[in-house]
Amino acid sequence: MTAPLLQAQNLSIQFGGLKAVSDVSFEVWPHEVFSLIGPNGAGKTTIFNIISSLYKPTAGRVIFEGEAISHLAPYEIARLGIARTFQNIELFEHATVLQNLLVGRHCQRHSAWWQDLLFTPRVRRTELQFRRHAEEVIEFLDLQHYRDSMVANLPYGVRKVVELGRALAMRPKLLLLDEPSSGLNVEETEEMGFWIEDIKNDLGITVIMVEHDMSLVSRVSDRVLALNQGEVLTLGTSAEVQAHPGVIEAYLGGVDV
Amino acid sequence: MQFLQLVISGIAQGCIYGLIALGFVLIYKATETVNFAQGDLMMLGGFFGLSCMVVLGMPFWVAFLATLAVAMLFGMLMERALLRPLLGQPAFTVVMLTIGIGYLARGLVTMIPGWGTETHTLPVPYKDEVLRFGSGSDALILSTEHMVIIAVTAFLIAILFLFFRYTKLGIAMQATSQNQLAAFYMGIPVRRINMLVWGISAAVSACAGLLLAPITFVHVNMGYIGLKAFPAAVVGGFGSIPGALVGGLIIGIVESLSGFYLPEGFKDIAAYILVLVMLVILPNGLFGDKMRKKV
Amino acid sequence: MRFIFKTRYEQDLVLFKHPGQKFWYGVLMAALLLAPLVFSEYFISQLVFIWIYSVVGLGLMLLVGYTGQVSLGHAAFLAMGAYTEAYLQARGWPFLLSLASAAIVSGLTGIVVGLPALRVKGIYLSIATLSFGFIVEEAVTRADSITGGNTGITLGSLDIFGLAIDSEARFYYVSLAVLILCILGVMNLMRSPTGRAFVAIRDSEISAQSMGIHLARYKTIAFALSAALTGVAGALYAHKLRFISPEQFTILQSIEMLIMIVIGGLGSIYGAIFGAAFWILAQQLIVTAKDWLPPEIGQQTGLQPTIFGIFLVACVLFEPLGLYGVWLKARTFLEIFPFYRKGMFKRQKSYMKSERLK
Repeated sequence: MTAPLLQAQNLSIQFGGLKAVSDVSFEVWPHEVFSLIGPNGAGKTTIFNIISSLYKPTAGRVIFEGEAISHLAPYEIARLGIARTFQNIELFEHATVLQNLLVGRHCQRHSAWWQDLLFTPRVRRTELQFRRHAEEVIEFLDLQHYRDSMVANLPYGVRKVVELGRALAMRPKLLLLDEPSSGLNVEETEEMGFWIEDIKNDLGITVIMVEHDMSLVSRVSDRVLALNQGEVLTLGTSAEVQAHPGVIEAYLGGVDV
Repeated sequence: MQFLQLVISGIAQGCIYGLIALGFVLIYKATETVNFAQGDLMMLGGFFGLSCMVVLGMPFWVAFLATLAVAMLFGMLMERALLRPLLGQPAFTVVMLTIGIGYLARGLVTMIPGWGTETHTLPVPYKDEVLRFGSGSDALILSTEHMVIIAVTAFLIAILFLFFRYTKLGIAMQATSQNQLAAFYMGIPVRRINMLVWGISAAVSACAGLLLAPITFVHVNMGYIGLKAFPAAVVGGFGSIPGALVGGLIIGIVESLSGFYLPEGFKDIAAYILVLVMLVILPNGLFGDKMRKKV
Repeated sequence: MRFIFKTRYEQDLVLFKHPGQKFWYGVLMAALLLAPLVFSEYFISQLVFIWIYSVVGLGLMLLVGYTGQVSLGHAAFLAMGAYTEAYLQARGWPFLLSLASAAIVSGLTGIVVGLPALRVKGIYLSIATLSFGFIVEEAVTRADSITGGNTGITLGSLDIFGLAIDSEARFYYVSLAVLILCILGVMNLMRSPTGRAFVAIRDSEISAQSMGIHLARYKTIAFALSAALTGVAGALYAHKLRFISPEQFTILQSIEMLIMIVIGGLGSIYGAIFGAAFWILAQQLIVTAKDWLPPEIGQQTGLQPTIFGIFLVACVLFEPLGLYGVWLKARTFLEIFPFYRKGMFKRQKSYMKSERLK
């Protein structure tokens, strides 16, 4: 029996008087796609921010590969192999797509600033290696056309893909996708679905996804956790969760008699 | 008595810093730009008032009101002509523009033949008058110039505070400062509001210039005092109107006291040391709010 | 427009993208090396100023243009470099050693000044740097046993390994060499992970963190390197002027440095050099124009700031990419004539979003 890759134990976070997340616990197993669903304000992105250490939980902890990680700084979380995308795209606007992806390799760098200043042969070798890895991601996501474009000039749909690519460039063990299909049309959402499947099957990366598009969720997820107002409603397969009365009420309002 | 005297002159100086800081904070709250030309607006106000009185022969209070009106128009014009085209650009670009405007203002004033390069006294009616409390060597001597500064400042602050809290226009200004696009959608005339804010801010600075003139005289580099107003705004908290004044007062008092009690040279940098200390202990100032980007 | 057909990844890493570039830069280098033999001493002296200000611009560009940390007190680093050089030279240190020390001292000061950057952002950081600028200026004036206070320090003549650098031409080569080394250093930095980290910090701190970039470390490195470069420029500046005093390193100088790189074009090495060239050449033009203009305009001391003010305002309003942007557009126009379209360099319109929430 393999161990879970990530465990959230009794996570709670409070902002002033508002309890954004209240006693949430779940486990994510390696090589699965785990979705978080819930209406807006349910605390899904907040949980992501807690995992990435952008917020510190007021109670509870997060365990990754058997080690507690809540006390680490965000850049240390990245080094452990956790990558994420952001709901409102946080790309480096004034850099090219390639440069954005190359930043993803940052954790793998071994050179100090003075070696960079002199551009030693070692730095040169590492740069070429990084480039090869970035090109693999570009090929995976079909971004060749946009490789040298400034991100600021790209349309929204492409930016979403670059955001995904940047996270993949980190070669993470765990990928946190925050609303990957928001703002995408039907075709682009389908493509996103294919990529998530490929990420799981070909790349072997574990994915936790926050999503509103239920068809995408049903298509790719192994298990789904439903949240409402910071609390867990239910956990199960996609079909089970969608049939759960509490979920129906939270998403669609109460059943009218 | 000496101490009290120092405190009071510090308060008066602090009011000037507070008024200029108020000018920035108004603009910052509304458009999130930092106006480096604030001190130079003050200088222009001083020169205009001077011209009204000396060249046109107006009595002081008429010149005062005329200056405020013209400053208001000037601020609005500045916004319309120079800043509006930059709507949507990063903050740094706009800051550079204001630096350029300040440079231009100083350069142009210096180019006015004979007038610009000299130091002038502003013939205010209450000049050199003092109020005495008590008698003998223990007397508290307050100069009327200081008293006028404090009184006018208090009045202005009160009006502006009420304006932002309780009027529709004031609340609309706050909305535009937080999310311009949303404010547009809500039907708020964002461009007109920005213009108005700049107008008010310029008028406040011009007022500070006229109040300060009896003490420092009117000259082209008067605006450097504007640089001290930055620490005032930071200490008070950059988005807060009462904060701007409180910050200014604190800096004024600290400067006044350090001029007397600390070795030479500390007076000039007291404000800056205070700012650094503040940024370490309380980065958002006394009254500022801590806001974080939600991702 | 030249289209480069790339077949190897190395082609994206090299400093010169294609043989044409190598050729033109070669010609430029040859012209620069031969300049002292052809031009007057005065002209060479102005070029030296351009080299020195270019290094200043590079330093500031690294911090402001590439890492996005706006510093309003950079003249403090210029002062640290200049005074360190003057102090050590008076004690008989050889030039290369004192130059290196000037860089190190400025770099260390940069780390100290950069400390607020680790906690605060945006306007608060600018004000913190402004404050440091004032404090250093005052400290330099007060520490008269080391710095000579308001009376300043005069520097002795310079020599490197026994070769006396006593002519304008020789100093020209020295400063040109320093500039080229600095440019190479910055170019290397920007094509390596450190440079990318700087750009990442400029564009989105949150995602930079989430990708493993240690913000505090890189901001400190940016401040230190920027200060070190400016310190080197300061040392050269001290030798060029042969006399330094605190009035040369005030807030006005800091702001002028910023104006210089904004006019030159923020975000590229070219920008630093164009800015420096503009700064010196414009001053020269104004001086010569003074004789041509009517005395009411020409003889005023306010002419120079007015003109620079107009330029800065025009630059910000019409050409945000600065002189480098103008150069790029002109070059593209000539290269692909008559296919140039006005909209080629158009940027997307954006609405202001609160930067307090960044």
